[in-house]
Amino acid sequence: MDELLRPLVPQVLGVLVRRGADLATAEDAVQDALVEAVRRWPDGFPEDPKGWLVTVAWRKLVDAHRSEASRRTREVRVLHDVAQGPVEQRDDTLQLLFWCCHPALTSASAVALTLRAVGGLTTRQIAEAYLVPEATMAQRISRAKRTVSEHGVGADGDLGAVLRVLYLVFNEGYTGEVDLAAEAIRLTRLLARLSPEPEVGGLLALMLLHHARRPARRDADGMLVPLGRQDRSLWGTSLIAEGVDVLQTALAQDRLGEYQAQAAIAALHCDARSADETDWPQVLEWYDELLRINPSPVVALNRAVAVGEVDGARAGLAALASVPDDVPRRAAVAAWLHERAGEPATAAELYAHAASSAANLAERHHLLREAARLAPDAPGT
Amino acid sequence: MAKFLLLKHYRGGPQQRPNARTPMEEWTPAEIAAHLRFMEDMADDLRRRGEWVGGEALAPEGAFVRYDGEGRPPVTDGPFAETKDLIAGWMMIDVESLERAHETAAYLSSAPGPGGRPLEEWIEVRPFLEYTPPVVD
Repeated sequence: MDELLRPLVPQVLGVLVRRGADLATAEDAVQDALVEAVRRWPDGFPEDPKGWLVTVAWRKLVDAHRSEASRRTREVRVLHDVAQGPVEQRDDTLQLLFWCCHPALTSASAVALTLRAVGGLTTRQIAEAYLVPEATMAQRISRAKRTVSEHGVGADGDLGAVLRVLYLVFNEGYTGEVDLAAEAIRLTRLLARLSPEPEVGGLLALMLLHHARRPARRDADGMLVPLGRQDRSLWGTSLIAEGVDVLQTALAQDRLGEYQAQAAIAALHCDARSADETDWPQVLEWYDELLRINPSPVVALNRAVAVGEVDGARAGLAALASVPDDVPRRAAVAAWLHERAGEPATAAELYAHAASSAANLAERHHLLREAARLAPDAPGT
Repeated sequence: MAKFLLLKHYRGGPQQRPNARTPMEEWTPAEIAAHLRFMEDMADDLRRRGEWVGGEALAPEGAFVRYDGEGRPPVTDGPFAETKDLIAGWMMIDVESLERAHETAAYLSSAPGPGGRPLEEWIEVRPFLEYTPPVVD
């Protein structure tokens, strides 16, 4: 049911908006129609699910107008008249994404609005995924809708903002019932059908290639397994094949961007049958490219790892010297390079330091175990 | 977004400013009412902003409890009048940035006390460790 309904959400919303409904009100009406569909469809499936949802959502919209302003009967009559026409077949999802990812919104508001208005998730599901009370998430969404209504959306949306929001959703992974990484992939696939921009393909490829490795990223105890130690037979080969395919199509347009470069690095890792077979010189070239596109300290940090693999740990440490101390995960990278340089005591100290400053519980546990592995009195040393 | 715990302390932390040194039982009923109204309004405002996760006040007296071996009852200790650190209440928020968390804590600290003056009470701000494991490696 969910699988069938959710792809229809942006389409139905698009129809209502094109017929002149205000976006914020229309979005509520679509949610109400979904609730009714979940209640009534099991008893008899409509022949035209989209048409059914449009009709019901429109009625909800009219009801909402009526209860809100019963004196403005003329306006209600206008809404009634418009509803008679056939359901148009145009896809307004791209416009909706621009609306949901409006630059005036905070990233959290944009994420919540996108998941509801385009993803078709309920407020309760979004609240659960982000571990906040449902009432809080409801407020976040209605506040976001108000903000966008006040600012208005021009014809030219901000595609970069949409990509950032989708990547944020992907990075949220999954905590409960909703798999946000899978949802982000679904929405990015949708976007890729609507926009030929190579960075859309780049982002989709990046997501697919990282998602392919998910089954290997945790061991039986739930502990993180670093890339170099993952059981590569667990990687999803069809996701990798799709990711590489999407990436090649994007790269062929010869307009390189950040997501394509990151996806190229991910593809090189996926391509190696064992960690030893990784083509680090090529990985390093892509990091140089990435640094030119986006000269950020985080990229410089990851590049230092690649330098360490290509030119040795000392060179990696030299590359690390230019990365500011407060960049997240810097201590963990320094620990790894010192370990490779044959300085386990320094590495153990750095791992412990990295654990104390980790922002993520799974990373903290992983780093603590790495520190313990190298401690001078550890068993087996 | 990131979650933070804002902690109010009965004791502990830096030396309190003069306005926060008078114990609540010495305030007037009107001062107490104004303080509680401020706290409720603040929670409502955080709910409206979509930043509220939860919050409670804590009784000043509790106990320390620990395991004492198979088949034995838990051992309790305390309460300790002399404990340096004593938490009075907590508020959990989900906000865009550390700056916003500090701004919220400062607002909490401006709650009215005796004479309706801001308490300027110290609020401890602690980030939560993110629960979701990274999906990128």
